[in-house]
Amino acid sequence: MATAVATKGNEFEQMGAVPTFQVTLFVRRFNPEDGQEARWEDFDVQVHGTDRVLDALHKIKWEMDGSLTFRRSCAHGVCGSDAMRINGRNRLACKTLIKDLDITQPIYVEPIKGLNVEKDLVVDMNPFYQAYKDINPFLIASDKPAKERLQSAEQHSKFEDTTKCILCAACTTSCPVFWTDGQYFGPAAIVNAHRFIFDSRDEGAEVRLDILNDKEGVWRCRTTFNCTDACPRGIEVTKAIAEVKQAILRGKP
Amino acid sequence: MASLPAGTLYRGKVGMWSWVLHRITGVAIFFFLLVHVLDTALVRLSPEAYNAVINTYKTPLIGVAELGLVAAILYHALNGLRIIAIDFWRKGVKYQNVMFWIVVAIAFGIFAAFAPRHLMHVFG
Repeated sequence: MATAVATKGNEFEQMGAVPTFQVTLFVRRFNPEDGQEARWEDFDVQVHGTDRVLDALHKIKWEMDGSLTFRRSCAHGVCGSDAMRINGRNRLACKTLIKDLDITQPIYVEPIKGLNVEKDLVVDMNPFYQAYKDINPFLIASDKPAKERLQSAEQHSKFEDTTKCILCAACTTSCPVFWTDGQYFGPAAIVNAHRFIFDSRDEGAEVRLDILNDKEGVWRCRTTFNCTDACPRGIEVTKAIAEVKQAILRGKP
Repeated sequence: MASLPAGTLYRGKVGMWSWVLHRITGVAIFFFLLVHVLDTALVRLSPEAYNAVINTYKTPLIGVAELGLVAAILYHALNGLRIIAIDFWRKGVKYQNVMFWIVVAIAFGIFAAFAPRHLMHVFG
């Protein structure tokens, strides 16, 4: 058949083809230099079924409006650069498949809340990092072993969950307490304190518990569970905070 | 877009909305207690004035407001127990969602038992 080759080529194209559909993105725009308030701007984007929100933002930036500003680095859920509020919930843009959202409705993309917006989806992360620094996020140990410090699997399991944090700030900026009180250490700092407080090799637990037994420490937590829902690594953040509260009451990990 | 000038409302789940309701009922109960302490303190100044104030409460409007007060106290008290369980019970965090619905069920049950009796007093 003369047409077989042509059809076959077409079939190959069909096989490799991923279904595409059009979605509308409402992106929160803010430019500190144009003197205007933050506003919504809508973009109609043709996306594939395999695309994530980050791919749609790339498409906007590369093909429609180069001034769109957002952070991203690894684009695979490891670096934690692209936390943003997608349809009202904090998510990593690189881990949110568009097909999983309700694509009959526009997709709303905003900067994370509670930190100052610098431009479009980029916020000032310095207060967030400062809270992280304040809880001494490093091993405090007086011994100088010639080999590695040994630890049993049970000892490790106590804090394994909180080692997964990538400091994307999705949890801290989903917290209603943090929105109104920027002085609050926030879930991420407490999670990273938890990671060392419950580490059998660490000797600085008392110092960290003392830091978090502050007016702006763990007692600010109102157990809204927004942080647990927002964490892209699936860390049980509220549980970790509850464990730190308990440790403070006991006076030891 | 003009239709949505501000940012979106955060779409928290049961945990967040139970906290919002806890805060609202807490503030409402605080204002009730404020008035309640003031009107009860009045009895030391003048029993007649106290009676006069209490009599103004015996209206259908206040009767319905009392119903709201009972609902607020029921929720606030039971959800308070839920929060204590989240903080002090090992599995509290795991069961916070189901505990919320238990709180709602118990509060609703007691309210359903109380409301007809109370309304009979108010309108009877």
